[in-house]
Amino acid sequence: MRVRVTVNGEDRTADDVWEGESLLYLLRERLGLPGSKNACEQGECGSCTVYLDDSPVCSCLVAAGQAQHRDVRTVEGLAQGEALDPVQEAFVEAGAVQCGFCSPGLIVAAHDLLHRVPNPSDPEIREALAGNLCRCTGYEKILDAVRLAGRRINA
Amino acid sequence: MTQETAVTSGVADGIGTNARRPDGPLKAKGQFAYSSDLWHEDMIWGATLRSPHPYAHITGIDLTEALKLPGVYAVLTHRDVPGTNLYGLEHSDQPVLAVDTVRYQGEPVALVGADHPETARRAIKLIKVEYDVREPLTDAETAVSGEGPILHPGGNVVRHVPIRKGDPNATADIVVSGEYEVGMQDQAFLGPESGLAVPAEDGSIDLYVATQWLHVDQRQVAAALGLPISKVRLTLAGVGGAFGGREDLSMQVHSCLLALHVGKPVKMVYNREESFFGHVHRHPAKLYYEHGVTSAGKLVYLKAKIYLDGGAYASSTGAVVANAATLGAGPYDIPNVNIDCWGTYTNNPPCGAMRGFGAVQAGFAYESQMDKIAATLGMHPVEFRARNAMAEGSVMPTGQLVDAPAPVVELLDRVRRKPMPAPLPADPDIRQLPGGVSNTTHGEGVVRGIGYAVGIKNVCFSEGFDDYSTARLRIEVIADEPVATVHTAAAEVGQGLITIEQQIIRSELGIHRVTVHPTDTSVGNGGSTSASRQTYVTGGAVKAACEAVRASLLTLAARRYNLPRRDLTLVDGKLVSDTSGVLADLVDVLSTEVVEETVEWRHRSTEPIDPVTGQGNAHVQYGFAAHRAIVDVDTELGLVRVVQLDCAQDVGKAMNPQAVLGQIQGGSAQGLGLAVMEEIQIVDGKIRNPSFTDYLIPTILDMPPMDIDVLENPDPHAPYGLRGVGEPPTISSTPAIVAAIRAATGLALTRTPVRPEHITGT
Repeated sequence: MRVRVTVNGEDRTADDVWEGESLLYLLRERLGLPGSKNACEQGECGSCTVYLDDSPVCSCLVAAGQAQHRDVRTVEGLAQGEALDPVQEAFVEAGAVQCGFCSPGLIVAAHDLLHRVPNPSDPEIREALAGNLCRCTGYEKILDAVRLAGRRINA
Repeated sequence: MTQETAVTSGVADGIGTNARRPDGPLKAKGQFAYSSDLWHEDMIWGATLRSPHPYAHITGIDLTEALKLPGVYAVLTHRDVPGTNLYGLEHSDQPVLAVDTVRYQGEPVALVGADHPETARRAIKLIKVEYDVREPLTDAETAVSGEGPILHPGGNVVRHVPIRKGDPNATADIVVSGEYEVGMQDQAFLGPESGLAVPAEDGSIDLYVATQWLHVDQRQVAAALGLPISKVRLTLAGVGGAFGGREDLSMQVHSCLLALHVGKPVKMVYNREESFFGHVHRHPAKLYYEHGVTSAGKLVYLKAKIYLDGGAYASSTGAVVANAATLGAGPYDIPNVNIDCWGTYTNNPPCGAMRGFGAVQAGFAYESQMDKIAATLGMHPVEFRARNAMAEGSVMPTGQLVDAPAPVVELLDRVRRKPMPAPLPADPDIRQLPGGVSNTTHGEGVVRGIGYAVGIKNVCFSEGFDDYSTARLRIEVIADEPVATVHTAAAEVGQGLITIEQQIIRSELGIHRVTVHPTDTSVGNGGSTSASRQTYVTGGAVKAACEAVRASLLTLAARRYNLPRRDLTLVDGKLVSDTSGVLADLVDVLSTEVVEETVEWRHRSTEPIDPVTGQGNAHVQYGFAAHRAIVDVDTELGLVRVVQLDCAQDVGKAMNPQAVLGQIQGGSAQGLGLAVMEEIQIVDGKIRNPSFTDYLIPTILDMPPMDIDVLENPDPHAPYGLRGVGEPPTISSTPAIVAAIRAATGLALTRTPVRPEHITGT
């Protein structure tokens, strides 16, 4: 089948898409956007989190066809050219990136949180990011990064 | 002793600073190329058929239907392996593809190359394999006893290490014994096993892969392909975590076999379920400990038997056994020690390296014993430990003198004195209670407990292994600026080695711009990214390369300026003469010259341990960490929330303090997982929970805040006095948390992870 979707502001088309393919597969293997990661394919780890019409979703759980004529924003669409988004900048600065495999999903999830809740409390941050697994950091520096980004976004 | 160095302190982004990791922005933007992100024009996809049985003989394989499926390029079996069909880290005992026997559920039997991953998966299902299913051997103690099927030539014991120190018949006023069990933990790195194999016209191959040790992969891949080493080139692709689980081969040989067979690039990516079958796990253990102690609280003897289940193939079981045995007494002075430790073959999933290996299993047993003895004596658990703690100058049960700082008492004292978290308020936020937003309690039935633990880990490779790393360093002027390029084969897996390499060069040479060359096998061996060794060994190699480059630069400068070489030094990127001060900038000294040096660097040598007595100077360095855990337990439902987890660790020198904290926090989180949730559950040799739905790792809700003290007592034998950091926090966090649950509930809890039913007794 053919899928037409807006990704990071660009109209994109993919042909010969198999009906069983996920939005994640479409992005990674057909549209050249491997930033969203595949770590569990069950919606448990959050590594594939993208915005679908402004709502964060696990793109591994969305069929490619469900994205037809919709708006997708991935981690690749957050930075303005070379300049990192404040959430990305804070992740790098705070030491929240180690292996970095969880970072794209966590950054999209944290970006969503900070644009919904300007100054989240620690329990709010933990609740909002509970669907994103990280195996390297023990999460302490991820909390630091979200607090730092929150202060900057609202400064 | 380490040589005095010309390190300039206070260099921007030099050692001791929180220099940012060079790959951070790319990773944050989603532009960093992990092994699963690779793409090549005309590439096809590989997939693996795995055994559904833990133990069976193969009586027939029919590939006909799979080969007929449109889009399938190749279906391969062991007959298509051109070289040696056996590989392994310590023993070559594991088939690339099964021949006539499968020894674990998940053992690779056949491979498919196809145009789409779904085509490959469908073709896998069309392969017909006939199995003669046998009764699996699933218990390590049975394996040691000699009962059950013999799974490998030479029997089912991979290694037995005895440790004999002092009087084997020592007696004591008080005897405390216990039986402990540690479940099988998974590394659960997020980036699945994956890579891309690209064949070349001359029959050679390039493999881009996520691994922990390129050169040991290269050796095994070349042997299996029947190619000379020079025809197998490996490049490190982006690694999504490792923790020991990438020491063994997974898809390396398989992808190369398919690529060479089909003549096209082949990509292989495991999904999460296959990942659980596709790498080794932490050895589950059964440990029998008996301590003798005086009524005054001094340890007299330890007698222990430790059984480590290595599963179907040896992997690194030999080294795991040695660690559990040599570190089995823990960081304590015990005059009489008698330990026997076995690692076995069974039909359970193969077990090998995971963070802290051997030391983690022993640590749970000896720390549980320390609490039990302290309770028997009516002493505070920290006071009892401190009374028996080892220190610099102590002698290990192996006879090895501890000739570097070992501040065990201070580490324990520091975590004991840390501020306590506030008690639960009368009307707590449910997110701060066991069960969280499941809304299972509002505080009723919840009790709090405190636990302590300390652990010991060897750093670097032990037992006489020729453990070294290679660094190539090139200095030149680019765009009127001195630039250093560092090239090693040491794997960056997330820990931050490449940042440390840059920091060392900045501090040693005063050159700020440092490029990290892609990591590959075109430079010499970097050794494994394991045993907490890379900052020590590859860091040592980079430091030595800086010294060699500095010597060449000074020779060059002496010639250029016609000055005596001995009067010249390099200070903060400037040529300085003893007599006339600053002479020139590095840019002028170099001009159009390029200075390049390649250095192999070794840490001080170690010795094998005696196979009868376990005596020998086996280890390079010891690392220590202590934890205090505070938990709330819902005794009605058996749910645990770790409220706070504090740590003190001696790192010798914090090369990058932020990265050190990241290691301590991440390592402690994996220890928390082993304490309360993480276990691969095996029934009759079969994994019951191969997914992140059923194998739980800590989330951001599970990890509590940590108050951490980083001590810097330099090790005089190590570069910059540093100590390996990665593993010690994984050892003591687990027993500290279980001790806290015991303190809260009064239960004995001899098994980790602690499950709800262990608490409720239901």
